[in-house]
Amino acid sequence: MVHLRKLYQVGVFMKFTSVFDIIGPIMVGPSSSHTAGASRIGQIARDLFGKEPKWAKIHLYGSFAETYRGHGTDVAIVGGLLYFDTNDTRIIDAFKHAKEANLEFEIIPETANKEHPNTARIVLGDDETEMSIEAISIGGGKIELSEVNGFNLRLKGGMPAILVVHDDRAGCVANVANILAMHNVNIGHMEVSRIDRGSTALMVIEVDDNIDGKILQQISLIPNITKVSTINS
Amino acid sequence: MELLFRNVRELIELAEKENKRISDIMIEQEMAMTGKSKEEIFSKMEENLKVMEAAVERGLQGVKSVTGLTGGDSVLLQKYIEKGNTLSVELMLDAVSKAMATNEVNAAMGIICATPTAGSAGVVPGTLFAVKSKLNPTREQMVRYLFTAGAFGFVVANNASISGAAGGCQAEVGSASGMAAAAIVEMAGGTPNQCAEAFAITLKNMLGLVCDPVAGLVEVPCVKRNAMGASNALVAADMALAGISSRIPCDEVIGAMFRIGQVMHPNLKETGRGGLAATPTGEAIAAKIFGA
Repeated sequence: MVHLRKLYQVGVFMKFTSVFDIIGPIMVGPSSSHTAGASRIGQIARDLFGKEPKWAKIHLYGSFAETYRGHGTDVAIVGGLLYFDTNDTRIIDAFKHAKEANLEFEIIPETANKEHPNTARIVLGDDETEMSIEAISIGGGKIELSEVNGFNLRLKGGMPAILVVHDDRAGCVANVANILAMHNVNIGHMEVSRIDRGSTALMVIEVDDNIDGKILQQISLIPNITKVSTINS
Repeated sequence: MELLFRNVRELIELAEKENKRISDIMIEQEMAMTGKSKEEIFSKMEENLKVMEAAVERGLQGVKSVTGLTGGDSVLLQKYIEKGNTLSVELMLDAVSKAMATNEVNAAMGIICATPTAGSAGVVPGTLFAVKSKLNPTREQMVRYLFTAGAFGFVVANNASISGAAGGCQAEVGSASGMAAAAIVEMAGGTPNQCAEAFAITLKNMLGLVCDPVAGLVEVPCVKRNAMGASNALVAADMALAGISSRIPCDEVIGAMFRIGQVMHPNLKETGRGGLAATPTGEAIAAKIFGA
């Protein structure tokens, strides 16, 4: 209770904490939710997969399924899978670039209703492994990761978060939390889920502010950590 | 890490107490929240300004959207201005043309800066590059324009909404227009309180505006709504600079906008199911594009 006002002040209850959430992002049009957000969904899928995917099945729901062609949602997601950022004009020719990169993809508009109108589900893989993510675009280019390999994640929309893929071993969570504490980073919400039992796990840590690259690098040096990335930062 | 302001009242009080501009307060808050230097924050905003400049320039050369629904109207208006027979003052139409130019580039999948969203990206730069010819601002003042606009957008985003899906077009072009009006007032030498009056007057005139995009695309009527937003911003800025104030305080207008958005029918909130999207012509366009 004592900290309630403090929490409000540091932005825990504020969805938007930076002027650049309002003036920005710089992006390829036409829609911050359907194009810029879609590109970020593709990027986070690519990031979590951790290597170049050889194939991807992209399922679109709700408004994404209805309007993806006019909004370039399809090319934006494929562009994101190729690591094209929201302001990268190669998004427009992403299909051509995917072909050159030997990425086979399929765009599948679905009729099923999801909780949020702008939902995308991406199943991607190469010859050895595959993974799936589900994410929603909540407006202004911000996204929320809702599922990884069938695990539901309950993240508050739009907050910056750190995603850590790690071996499913004791001590990993504590080591990461230690580094964050050392840098005075306050954890708003945290979830750990196993992508493959006993082998790979995913830590999702929501924080109040954008994370310094140095902190991410320190986390990546911890033993048993395979991949560190961020969302909405 | 502490927010300096959560509503317009706090923003104005702080600016008046410390004898600062709105843009100063926004920059200080960004510094406090991110720990970055003023120079870093300033140069990041200047990148946004450059993108806005380039988008206006590109739009005025003439673009066409993927669907062919929009593009080229900003050019028509510039040619009309050149003939010298306009009814409205040239600066007003110049702002309208440059606002449309930005949104035409957006619809054509060009690079723009969302201000506060992509669909409402034209109003703030459109007005900026039009009043520039009258006020002759320095580069620094032009960047400040964006911080002032951002300060008001920040309050709206946190206390109401800047999303058409959540609050209708009043939340997107309505917010963008209020942001522009406030920024114009500061650049023209008005007081922080006059900035707030300009914002309130603008948003009051756009309350209830629905988001009814044809075929769900950011084209019709979005491009022309940005045109209307730019002209509305200029009129409200002049009214505020003349000493006219809003009888309903700025924060209460924002609150009203939020509540109107909540009771607005979902068909009128970016679903492409109501309003202009549901007209015979709107539906015919959607059928043609999507083959439905």
